[in-house]
Amino acid sequence: MTLRLGLPSKGRLMEDAFAWFAARGISLGRAGGEREYAARSDWEHLEPVLLSAGEIPRELEAGRIHLGVTGSDLVREKVARWEERVEELAPMGFGPADVVIAVPRFWVDVETLDDLDAACAAFRRAHGHRLRIATKYHRLTRDFLRAQGVADYLLVDSQGATEGVVRGETAEAISDITSTGETLRANGLKVLSDGLIHASQATLFRSRRAPWGEEERAALENLRARLGL
Amino acid sequence: MTLPARRIAARAEAQRLLAHFAAQGAEEVEARVLQPAEELLDLYGEDIRARAFVTQDPLRGEVMLRPDFTVPVVRMHMEAGRDPARYAYAGEVFRRQEAEDESRPSEYLQAGFELFGGRDPAEADAEVFATLASAIPDLHLRAAMGDIGLILAAVDGLSTTAPRKAALRRHVWRPRRFRALLDRYAGRTPLPEGRAALLAAADPFADAGPEIGVRTRGEIEARLGQLRDEALAPPLPAGEVTLIDALLSLAAPLPEALDTLRGLEQDAPGLGPALYRLERRVEALERRGVAVAEVAFEGSFGRTTLEYYDGFVFGLFAAARPDLPPVATGGRYDALTRVLGRGRVVPAVGGVIRPELVVQLRGAA
Repeated sequence: MTLRLGLPSKGRLMEDAFAWFAARGISLGRAGGEREYAARSDWEHLEPVLLSAGEIPRELEAGRIHLGVTGSDLVREKVARWEERVEELAPMGFGPADVVIAVPRFWVDVETLDDLDAACAAFRRAHGHRLRIATKYHRLTRDFLRAQGVADYLLVDSQGATEGVVRGETAEAISDITSTGETLRANGLKVLSDGLIHASQATLFRSRRAPWGEEERAALENLRARLGL
Repeated sequence: MTLPARRIAARAEAQRLLAHFAAQGAEEVEARVLQPAEELLDLYGEDIRARAFVTQDPLRGEVMLRPDFTVPVVRMHMEAGRDPARYAYAGEVFRRQEAEDESRPSEYLQAGFELFGGRDPAEADAEVFATLASAIPDLHLRAAMGDIGLILAAVDGLSTTAPRKAALRRHVWRPRRFRALLDRYAGRTPLPEGRAALLAAADPFADAGPEIGVRTRGEIEARLGQLRDEALAPPLPAGEVTLIDALLSLAAPLPEALDTLRGLEQDAPGLGPALYRLERRVEALERRGVAVAEVAFEGSFGRTTLEYYDGFVFGLFAAARPDLPPVATGGRYDALTRVLGRGRVVPAVGGVIRPELVVQLRGAA
């Protein structure tokens, strides 16, 4: 029996994942041509499956793969009560990026969530609608702001180019992922001092819901030993 | 009992409760399962998305599976209601449970009783509580009560600025932000880095980025003005913070709690009118035969619920089953009628019973 391992199907994330396993003595790679989403492994107990990084949380949750490499932000966003459904086996040290709340640098009066909350209250009185925060991280942002007691905001969906929405006047603030902050700055935005929602990195996850028979458990133990986990 | 049998029993129990409420003079009303989302979002904010099912109607926009009956019943009453008016209803409500225990149902029955208008709020509070409690006397439930009006009165009575009081009032239902504000006003939290320099700067916009977005320079200047005023306002006296803490942490049998509150009122006369209303309510409950000595009073009760309660709040619990949610809950929500009535206020108090829990507890007995 083999363990199905979900891996990002393209780009830097895929290359880094291959390198991480290679450094631990497990050679993974693409099979076939550039355009073919197939992968191979030199260890018979591991069957790599190439998937979009955004779909790996769902496949882990459903138990259709035993293991998966994806961003810790995506698992937290896409899987409700994720700790009960997947286990973090190892942070992998690449793909670091922060999910943060950012507002225009022009808002010199807003540095903290406390300021943002006060600005939300005043904005609603002045404009007759709630202050809009654009994001693709709906669950992470809402849970964070609820826990922090921020009120009178509205989440609006933004699946890309989120840094541009303030200039485009379709939202007043954003909740987005950033690695260097360069794009935020280029678009006249700044991160709130206590606005870090989640520090994300590529992580090896184990599905708690996949079929874990005796053979799969033995293979996992073997793998843990090889990876030094 | 098999599941279908339990469901049949729960439906029968809901009908029995409806008949009980009707015997108290309530008119039976209905509400649509699909409610316009905008009104509920406006009332409860984004938090409700984590607790209710939001879906999309191609023509009507965002709609929500009704998370409770209160809002539609209030809207109906504000459009065409008599005074006083008593309403009863029974039906399913829908709640997302992702933040709670997975074993909790996302769809369950509620049977409710709501009382609008009337001249005596204390009598109305007592009537609603007694009507719900007398519907299920066989379960011997533990009663807990609180009073959001006392917390609001304590905030209003603080010797501090109007903007500070308004900010605290806004966050009574969000304990964490309420606490953060109290700490800041008491001078226990340092200012954000650079704040003092910003407020003293001749041109606060000197290092600002490009002027983008809907929030204007004028709005930012107005808030800078408030921040300057705020920096000059003296810290909240420690004694007043202690008083709020004492009120929020109060947990005692109702008669003892009244004594404690009378003691607190010595130092905070602003509590007087709210305390008087609580005393009148307790008298009204006693006249209706409620054993008030067995009621637990909790100063923070009702602060974290979905509802919009701003006065009397209560719950009925199965003492032997702390794992179960309350069997009945309710309270006063005058402020909700102000929002939905566009300025017109009607005193309103009501509560719900969960028939499935009633049947479950009877089955276990």
